[in-house]
Amino acid sequence: MQTSTVLLVLVALCIASFFFARRKSHAVAHGSGGLTTLHSLPKHYGYMALAWAGLPALAALALWSALEPRMLEAEVVSSLPAEVRALPEQQFGLYYNQILGYASGGMNAAELDEVQLAAADRYSALAARFSWLRSALVFAVALAGAVLAIRRVQPALRARNHVESIIRWILFSCSFLAVLTTLGIVLSVLFEAVRFFQVIPLTDFLFGLEWSPQMAIRSDQVGASGSFGFVPLLVGTLLISAVAMLIAVPVGLMSAIYLSEYASRRFRTLTKPVLEILAGVPTVVYGFFAALTVAPLVRTLGESVGLTVASESALAAGVVMGIMIIPFVMSLSDDIINAVPDTMREASLGMGATMSETIRKVLLPAALPGIVGGILLAVSRAIGETMIVVMAAGLSAKLTANPLEAVTTITVQIVTLLVGDQEFDSPKTLAAFALGLVLFFVTLLLNVVALYVVRRYREQYE
Amino acid sequence: MMQGTENMGSMTSVAIEAETVETDSRETGESRVLQLQDQDEVRDYVTIGAPFVDNAKMAARNVNVHYGEKHAIMDVSLDIGKNEVIAMIGPSGCGKSTFLRTLNRMNDIIAGCRVDGEITLDGEDVYGRQQDTVMLRARVGMVFQKPNPFPKSIYENVAYGPRIHGLAHNKAELDEIVESSLRRASLFDEVKDNLDKPGTGLSGGQQQRLCIARAIAVSPEVILMDEPCSALDPIATARIEELIDELKEKYTIAIVTHSMQQAARVSQRTAYFHLGKLIEVGGTKDIFTRPRHQLTENYITGRFG
Repeated sequence: MQTSTVLLVLVALCIASFFFARRKSHAVAHGSGGLTTLHSLPKHYGYMALAWAGLPALAALALWSALEPRMLEAEVVSSLPAEVRALPEQQFGLYYNQILGYASGGMNAAELDEVQLAAADRYSALAARFSWLRSALVFAVALAGAVLAIRRVQPALRARNHVESIIRWILFSCSFLAVLTTLGIVLSVLFEAVRFFQVIPLTDFLFGLEWSPQMAIRSDQVGASGSFGFVPLLVGTLLISAVAMLIAVPVGLMSAIYLSEYASRRFRTLTKPVLEILAGVPTVVYGFFAALTVAPLVRTLGESVGLTVASESALAAGVVMGIMIIPFVMSLSDDIINAVPDTMREASLGMGATMSETIRKVLLPAALPGIVGGILLAVSRAIGETMIVVMAAGLSAKLTANPLEAVTTITVQIVTLLVGDQEFDSPKTLAAFALGLVLFFVTLLLNVVALYVVRRYREQYE
Repeated sequence: MMQGTENMGSMTSVAIEAETVETDSRETGESRVLQLQDQDEVRDYVTIGAPFVDNAKMAARNVNVHYGEKHAIMDVSLDIGKNEVIAMIGPSGCGKSTFLRTLNRMNDIIAGCRVDGEITLDGEDVYGRQQDTVMLRARVGMVFQKPNPFPKSIYENVAYGPRIHGLAHNKAELDEIVESSLRRASLFDEVKDNLDKPGTGLSGGQQQRLCIARAIAVSPEVILMDEPCSALDPIATARIEELIDELKEKYTIAIVTHSMQQAARVSQRTAYFHLGKLIEVGGTKDIFTRPRHQLTENYITGRFG
């Protein structure tokens, strides 16, 4: 049976057990003198039976699906001749994969030997049997759960509390899943990065001032000396992000202040959707806006005052990135400033403070933690932004603090390292993971700093 | 409270009174209130009692306030005498708070609010073209219903006003203003060692006294108090009431309250509002012992409101 069929039948079973349990609770109530004699509402008994039928069965399904390939492999391998099993690991893997390929219909019989064909047949037969076993197991568990739950339906059964605790566990497992996923991502990046640092020393990576990720295939190749100094990338990332924040934070914050404190309701209802559209523009579109409009503009402007500006400059990319982030900063700050209680405004205005004094001395300090949080999210977006930089800032890893030159960022380099055909044991490819890891730590560091700032300067209101 | 013996209210020849008499039943306040739900019935009413005084600090003449379509205050004329405490009482939604807030133009910040009529402070037009709300609010301070100290230190709360208005030329002067304001709000002894602690960490009553200290730090001439004790317990309330009594030596105070006992204890004059009209004004003693209007009597005897 297909997994989807199993799931469908399981859902039907769950729904059925819901109705059975509910009907049973009605019957029980009828016998003992009305619904009020029940501890919980009939639907709670239903939900409880539903959970008892569904959750263990789902767990059984998941467990079986995880173990099945391994059990199959063990069965099939044990039937293979000893000389095949004695093959070196890599060759054996290939051999076994051919069996799997034939069994799933992806390979011709002509490419396989007779032992493999026999094994494939055995594999198919086993798989079919396992599939039936799985369905039987899942349905048995579901039925057992449902029957147990329905049999327990009595006036004294605290089904409501039971359902509550089941919901609590479901919610807990969801949040736990998020944590696990994060951990998984970090670990997978970490392991690849460790492989990279086995070839390139950590100090070379962290303190090297040159980035030129070339690995020689032949030792006598031209330009074979790769260097993996990450500093130019970090400087480029920070430079572009800084330019972006210089645009986005003042404009975003001030427009949020205008919208929440000064603007008429009509202006507000007209402006907000427009700014939200700005937030919805895909970054690729911003990218060619940067490359085709802003970058030439910056160059022309620069030349008119006698500056040499690269046709792809950090300034152009940063400005466009800033424009992209404005609605983000604005929307978050607007919400936060609005959340400051009106009593604060009244207190300040009632003292004879002007609107701008009130904003500067009362509203902004009170909203500071939220605003810093919003800005931090914006910084993370700026650091993680790739498309605009690819298009407008170029790929050359130059170590410079001059925003008029072309620079590149960490994310752009990750993209260029992983685009196209790759060999996954070359330091060139592995460098992408090292960069990812460093990026992760940079953002983490920013978070910690921001948390500290917020704690230090916050003004708590009630 | 005392019950009025002379039912003077029914003698005044006012449209609403005539109508209630026509119902010719011995019904009490409840039905009367129902009949008064329609504002049109009280529109032409003229305030009874003594709305005007000789030494007026602030004077309101024919003040009307609209919130969009809603006519919140109707044709109110009232003087606030120098160094007196005037209490404004009345059921919820009667416009007493709105009237209070027109006195220092706090209604300006409410969208859709329109004020007509004339209000003067020492003869100077509050709503005049020359008037600056910054200067006005420095002269007419306000204490709000819920204690609303800034999320800053106690010192910074009190120093806020003087800083804005540039009242202190150096740190020593500012320290002195803060200390004397806290002393006048009878809070100094409780907080003198914790001036750098947040004002929001104080108890409710202390917070409200801090707000009073903050208001008097800019040496206002008039202090408006909008139900300053409604969020406080009886002990804290008693302290604030004592404080109000002391403050009237130096300031003119207008206080809105829902507590009749409070109005009777702290004020010299009392104004009773009903559905946006100023029904009756008089000496507090007179209002509470010999109310002339039926509505006033019903309210102070607790029959509605």
